[in-house]
Amino acid sequence: MTKLDCALTIENVDKYYGTVRALSQINLHVKPGEFLTILGPSGSGKTTLLKCVAGFETINGGRLLLGEADITDKDPGARNIGMVFQNYALFPHMTVEQNVAFPLVMRRMGRAEIAKRVADALELTELGRFAKRYPRQLSGGQQQRVALSRAIVFEPSLLLLDEPFGALDRKLRETLQLEVRRLQRELNLTTLFITHDQEEALLMSDRIAVMFDGELHQVSGPEEIYQRPANARVANFIGESNLLKGKLSAARGSATTLRFVLESGISVALAARNDAACSVDGEKVLLLRPEHLSPCIDSGCVGNQKNVLPTTVEELVYLGNVSRYRLRMQDGTELVMRLSGSGPKLRVGDAVRVRFSEDDAVLVAAERHTLPPRVLAEVA
Amino acid sequence: MIPRSRSSNRSSIWFLVAPAALFMLVFFLYPMAGLLIQGFSEGGKAFLTLFGTDLYLRVLWATFETAAIVTVAALLLAYPVSYLLATTTRGWRLVGFMVVLLPFWTSILVRTYAWMVLLGRNGIINRVLLDAGIISSPITMLNSPFAVQLGMVHVMLPFMILPIYNAMLRVDRDLAMAARSLGAGAFSIFSRIYLPLTMQGIIAGCTLVFVLSLGFFITPALLGGGRVTMFAMVIEQQIRETLNWPLASAMSILLLVLTLAVFWLLNRLNVHSRRWSA
Repeated sequence: MTKLDCALTIENVDKYYGTVRALSQINLHVKPGEFLTILGPSGSGKTTLLKCVAGFETINGGRLLLGEADITDKDPGARNIGMVFQNYALFPHMTVEQNVAFPLVMRRMGRAEIAKRVADALELTELGRFAKRYPRQLSGGQQQRVALSRAIVFEPSLLLLDEPFGALDRKLRETLQLEVRRLQRELNLTTLFITHDQEEALLMSDRIAVMFDGELHQVSGPEEIYQRPANARVANFIGESNLLKGKLSAARGSATTLRFVLESGISVALAARNDAACSVDGEKVLLLRPEHLSPCIDSGCVGNQKNVLPTTVEELVYLGNVSRYRLRMQDGTELVMRLSGSGPKLRVGDAVRVRFSEDDAVLVAAERHTLPPRVLAEVA
Repeated sequence: MIPRSRSSNRSSIWFLVAPAALFMLVFFLYPMAGLLIQGFSEGGKAFLTLFGTDLYLRVLWATFETAAIVTVAALLLAYPVSYLLATTTRGWRLVGFMVVLLPFWTSILVRTYAWMVLLGRNGIINRVLLDAGIISSPITMLNSPFAVQLGMVHVMLPFMILPIYNAMLRVDRDLAMAARSLGAGAFSIFSRIYLPLTMQGIIAGCTLVFVLSLGFFITPALLGGGRVTMFAMVIEQQIRETLNWPLASAMSILLLVLTLAVFWLLNRLNVHSRRWSA
């Protein structure tokens, strides 16, 4: 198959349902061959955005470009976009073969050409021996691969995936996630993927666009999203997080550290480069990931009073490889700490002082702020 | 078609169907057997009369013709209505079902008389057309094949709508969207996706309507005014007027056999659907 690498540009897109704003000023550029995930909770507008791109919904403002072509007003069928639906939407009365051939038949291709392409697509997804079966006779994973074959067989300029792994069990899901990713790389397919599952998003994506309430909050690579979330909401949605309110102190700790005064009055230090919200005015919160906290058991941290928080253990959950502790500070703030199985044993009720490194603490904006143009433009 | 039972306790199943089976045995199978015996009495002489009389065979043909016309008309009317019912909002669906089912719950006699009021020489339709100046003298609508077909279609519509509606309800709405994104136009979506997926409902509806129409009696008798003769009416004549029970029995048996043949034939059309849906 040929290379299918067109860029998708979503420009200032608005979508209203009546007076309800479903999408607001969406700007997104998916690079050729890129796997970009739109991540958000249900009701965030991610499916609406997908439907707008596919052409099932008309947008109320802005435009959509696929490569050089403006597809804003084109029919879904004329956009040359392959889509895998949440429930696969396979035609139940057609065999696997007929399902995959459907887009080619609609394009009035010759019989021999269709047969060849269908065979190629089925080989790619290892479905050759199921060609004569009906969808009902296939497992969920096989059905999903049929849907994928049907979406790519006509060499679309863009592939849309609408939560295609939702209905599968965990193990199968992981296998298929990697398989889809391998196929996507092999064919260099520009892909827009929709999910509410943050793990899935981190695992599969080149970049992730986080969406809440019809607005994009952050568009960056998986590591950046996890390590330097744009704001408290993104931090909360992706992974577990402790968010502590406070104020940035005017006095800097040193040339490379900042001081942040928590509401309880405790002052902590963090590396200046960890101020993820440096370009923003307004309230900021301190983000501490549970795995970055550790208890001061030994005498090692007695002398060093920096970044130590006195707490009491309220609850512990044993998870096999890790233990998860719910801690409470004296002012009532809750903290979650995650320790590997070999760590020190703590019991409920124990007073424990926890510490963290100034390299791990990150400052994030408390609220969403308008994304700086740097983020909107493509980030290589 | 019939779900295979996983119950190991077969005797309890028999216990459950016993009352109904007994009822059918006494009030259906026993008279049917009587009919068979009557029909084949005197060495099946009645069948010779039946097949030897041109008139009876012509009535039989006309009956099939009427049933076919009614079936096609009911299908054409029912399909869009079913689609509307299957795709509209909850509230409108309720209203729609009331409209469809209300006549269904009304006595067939009442409905047939209502048509006589509507279609008669001084009926509502003629009067409206006369008053509007569209026609200058009343048109004859009653006592014609048209009136019979109209009345029959009216009675039969729910039998067509319900199975089709049921089949449409099971069609995943994303399928049309998927087809559209794959390049299918409205006509292709209908002919390649929607129609095949609702074919089971269409066949079920057509079977019901055609088979019921073959044995129709009241509506053609009242709206046909003697100008339309259905086979069931000839059977009734044999019993009531000429007291020729053997001939009536032979006619009944022939109608039954033909009806079963139609049933079997239409059911055969479902073979493909059963392969992908079972």
